[in-house]
Amino acid sequence: MKAIRILGRAIRDSFKSVFRNFSLSTAAIVCSSITLILVSVAMILSYNVENITKNLEHELTIVVYLNKETTEEQMNELKSSLENMENVDSYEYKSKDEWRLEMKNSSETLNSTLEYLEENPLLDSFIVRVKDVEHLKETSQEILKNDFVSSADYGEGMTENLISAFKVIEKVTIIVVIALILVTAFLISNTIKLTIFSRRNEIEIMRLVGASNISIRLPFIFEGLILGFLGGLIPVIFTIYGYVLLYDHFNGYVFSQLIELVEPFNFTIYISMILLGMGCIIGMFGSYRAVRKYLKI
Amino acid sequence: MNLIEVVNCYKTYNNGVTAVADLNLEIEKGEFVFVIGASGSGKSTLIKMLYREERPSKGKVIVGGINVAKLRNSKVYKLRRKLGIVFQDFKLLPKLTVYENVAFALESLGMKETEIRPKVLKALDSVGLKEKIRSFPNQLSGGEQQRVCIARAIVNDPKLLICDEPTGNLDPKISKEIVDILDKINKKSGTTIIMATHDKEIVNKMKKRVILLENGVLAEDNMKGSYKAHESN
Ligand SMILES: Nc1ncnc2c1ncn2[C@@H]1O[C@H](COP(=O)(O)OP(=O)(O)OP(=O)(O)O)[C@@H](O)[C@H]1O
Ligand SMILES: [Mg+2]
Repeated sequence: MKAIRILGRAIRDSFKSVFRNFSLSTAAIVCSSITLILVSVAMILSYNVENITKNLEHELTIVVYLNKETTEEQMNELKSSLENMENVDSYEYKSKDEWRLEMKNSSETLNSTLEYLEENPLLDSFIVRVKDVEHLKETSQEILKNDFVSSADYGEGMTENLISAFKVIEKVTIIVVIALILVTAFLISNTIKLTIFSRRNEIEIMRLVGASNISIRLPFIFEGLILGFLGGLIPVIFTIYGYVLLYDHFNGYVFSQLIELVEPFNFTIYISMILLGMGCIIGMFGSYRAVRKYLKI
Repeated sequence: MNLIEVVNCYKTYNNGVTAVADLNLEIEKGEFVFVIGASGSGKSTLIKMLYREERPSKGKVIVGGINVAKLRNSKVYKLRRKLGIVFQDFKLLPKLTVYENVAFALESLGMKETEIRPKVLKALDSVGLKEKIRSFPNQLSGGEQQRVCIARAIVNDPKLLICDEPTGNLDPKISKEIVDILDKINKKSGTTIIMATHDKEIVNKMKKRVILLENGVLAEDNMKGSYKAHESN
């Protein structure tokens, strides 16, 4: 009961204090809002990139064409070496006849051209899927080392570049976000510091009459928590509204069918919870720092 | 039984000043003790050690069974709850009323609202301020403000009331009123009272135990002492 009363009074005092130092509180809240909006953007971006990358990775393959004279033995040799390669996820054999059939079906002109030729000019092949597209190049080069392999091609170009661009963006945002979190924590810490100074008489009396350390410190910790939480509300609205709008605008796809956005629900709900949680943690961390530094017991 | 025991106590501040040296004292429950001495003789230092604002550098200071020298910072509140403290500057919160100022002490201990009210009213009654509970500190005279402080100090029924020059800012007539209130509290509730003072008249009139400090050393300890006992002031 007593603990609940102390808690209740701490919460009451911290709310009072947030309103009493209105301009300072607003500055801290705005700063944490900006930070958390960026965190939200970063999370939405990186989660989508991850999702897209996963989709793309599935599409990206190495097509290994074998020389015409490749023997059965060499083919087995290649199979076992593919199996031993770390980055190879799976492979399948596709004979020249299968290719021919596929080509015939795909276009009329190709069909007639292929009809005209007596011998199948195409090559037998393996289609290799990799685990990590970033090492696509190395893997294909390694396959090419076998001298009976005529070529090992992969989708060089746009998709690959897109993925690495996304990854760079992701890293940059992470750095910016960490910097902003520190700035926000510092700003909240500073706000709490000023509240501590403005209430030093009360604190002195509380100490003299024998208030426990926790009941002296709690209001300030709560104040930080409230600032952080309030700072999280705007980003939450931004996230849910903004993402639903974005999703609807693109109809769920960007550029092509390949780049599919994550559905807004429950995705945005999870992000919102993370944002509020982060707001509270940043706020509490900031006030804890101030209390440790300026409220010596 | 001794409420306070000071044994071979020394206090040297960081700047090298030794404010209290080789002090030995015993104060029983229910006593009323004046601590006198010239400015800088160590009165406040002794008082501060009693409520653990300062730690003795050497020796023991035992208050209500707690050895202050060994008390950890995080446990100081346990000692403070047994004490009431009154200062020369009143340390009232200007934005709170008289009632709220006294209630603040109990609130910060987490006491129930229904328990707080009768205690606050009783404390304010015993200092004769029941009619002023809705006033703010700046609407009160110095003597009245000091009475609020006394009410705040005794509201939780402490065993020991520590006063550091409580009449330092007041004129003689009001000073006497304050000391009479302290005397009444001492007699009525058996609260032990220690009061550091410069006030010659009061000490002479009250005929209580007087402890005289000179340069941090105990110079005299008279059960029916008077200020005449020393000429250093
Ligand atoms: N925090 C401190 N740091 C360093 N020296 C101090 C401190 N407090 C007091 N002193 C020194 O200790 C000595 C005793 O001071 P103290 O305040 O105990 O005297 P006092 O008897 O209360 O004087 P007064 O009658 O003027 O209040 C003085 O020489 C003073 O300068
Ligand atoms: Mg003094």
